[in-house]
Amino acid sequence: MPCDIVVCIKQVPHPDYLSKISLDPIRGTMERERAPAIINLVGRNALEEALRIRERFSGSVTVITMGPPQARKALEEALAMDVDAAIHLCDEAFARADTLATAQALAYAISKLEHSDLILCGDATIDSGTGQVPIQLAEFLKLPCIFDADELVFEDERGLLIKRRWEQGYIKVRTKLPAVIAVTAKINQPRLPNVSGIMAAIRKEIKKWGAADIGADLSRVGLEGSPTRFFQISEFHAERQGEVFQGSPEEVINMAIDRLVKLEVL
Amino acid sequence: MNLDVEDKIQVWVWVEHHLEKLTRVSLGLIGKARELCQQLGNAEVTSVLVGTDSPKLVTELIDHGSDKVYLASNLSFTTFQTDLCAHLMTRLIQSHRPEIILWGATSLGQETAARVAAQVGTGLTAHCIDLYIEKINEKPQLVTVVAGWGGNLTLKIVCPEKRPQMATVKPGIFSPPEPVKRSGEVIPVEPEDTATSFEIIEVVEELEETFPLEQAEVVVAAGWGLSTSGGFQAAEELAEVLGGIVVGTRPALDAGWIPAERMIGQSGKTVAPQLLVTLGVSGAPQFATGVLNSKVIFAVDKNPQAPIFKIADIGIVGDLQDVLPLLINKLRAIKEKT
Repeated sequence: MPCDIVVCIKQVPHPDYLSKISLDPIRGTMERERAPAIINLVGRNALEEALRIRERFSGSVTVITMGPPQARKALEEALAMDVDAAIHLCDEAFARADTLATAQALAYAISKLEHSDLILCGDATIDSGTGQVPIQLAEFLKLPCIFDADELVFEDERGLLIKRRWEQGYIKVRTKLPAVIAVTAKINQPRLPNVSGIMAAIRKEIKKWGAADIGADLSRVGLEGSPTRFFQISEFHAERQGEVFQGSPEEVINMAIDRLVKLEVL
Repeated sequence: MNLDVEDKIQVWVWVEHHLEKLTRVSLGLIGKARELCQQLGNAEVTSVLVGTDSPKLVTELIDHGSDKVYLASNLSFTTFQTDLCAHLMTRLIQSHRPEIILWGATSLGQETAARVAAQVGTGLTAHCIDLYIEKINEKPQLVTVVAGWGGNLTLKIVCPEKRPQMATVKPGIFSPPEPVKRSGEVIPVEPEDTATSFEIIEVVEELEETFPLEQAEVVVAAGWGLSTSGGFQAAEELAEVLGGIVVGTRPALDAGWIPAERMIGQSGKTVAPQLLVTLGVSGAPQFATGVLNSKVIFAVDKNPQAPIFKIADIGIVGDLQDVLPLLINKLRAIKEKT
């Protein structure tokens, strides 16, 4: 039986630039424009898992992201990995959403799709990293949710056996499709887009959906639908009297080791 | 369940326990909940404890500062069954209208909290580093503080309209208070809904992974900067020379260098070693919050502007590819002498 899979991804700043992102002092939201953006790292694992399941059962993989116009790039990247369809939730009405309003918009969009058996997400992003969106998405869709999945095995066409990580090890759980699964980076090794994938991607359409297209209640999405608000941004107090050495490796290493010995930590 | 109107403002804590012991994060939250109650006035701390019938744990909750304990003592109902726990909490919230609920940011705790936030339609701030009450627009509100982006910033987030105000806090942020003999009320509760959306087959503890990071004397943290200069192996080599353990940042986790339980920072673990060596870690606040209690921080990174040098005691600016082999050799020579 074919398996129709939806993968939710998020565009995030490239890890090289994580510390260089500034905050808009008034809105409190991130000014990401200057940092190169990529698909969130563990989002690629979610895509890879979807592609492997499609290879086994046939079916389709649809990728969804919510974000500003430039988030389209993340979808192009996913299409080049050989995803079948892409949906871009892009509307001023979705902007400045917290996790609840983000999950709500994704839930509206997924409900709009003709059919979906499995929804895959990464377990957390490298930027805000709350890990809340997949869980809240499942709640809105009223589907089972397994968080932090290290391994996903089909027992039959509708039954999943999952290794769910927790602090002391893992929990083996069983659930049935349809379901929402948030995967960890442990689950697989994502493929790189190849030339034929990139060429094929050019011909694929990216659907752009706004609030009206998904029938969103405007009081439940974007800033309007977000219970939380930024209240204040302040300096992070963590400064130490650091001695920073710069120069020839030999010299600076000797100086650093000398200090470590004096501090009695070697 | 009766619709009690509580006469005191309710500050709740979701409690986790393991091997007949309350977790440190839960006890730390009870201490913080007491502080919030003092700031609010006319408020009380209520713990919610499930999956145990141990009178000892109940007494400990009360002695650490709980005025009330909601106890679901049915042993078949555990914190692993996150969907049932969330239904129970949602029902308790609807009947008792708590003002605030605090959760440990454990994998299970944060999942249960996120479910409840969606079910009752309220806000949830993840991985807080501080919590306090402030009067904003004439209304006392819970201010949740999280490590922010870019430079050295913290963000303060509030939930002005919806209730309860909810926050998750990582292990290691708040210390448990000293227990004092006190009395409290125990109220039995039962899950009404027992239809689960997933079946738990086995709970596996991988003991070799349970070495408490908080007790490590020497910790080497691997960051994204290693990807372009010599790779992750150097971090392992350095840790071996120093007799330390290797941890990493979120990008290091996503690169597959470290297991999830070795990720440090806001959404990971907290360490407080004698010596922390960071390699190619830029030191964004979401990492920094996990290492602030280290005695000495020694940072190596190629970017002189990296925020890590603001929180380091000793820093080397240089290409890791040039610095690391030499550093490892010199440290090995020192260690072999001693």
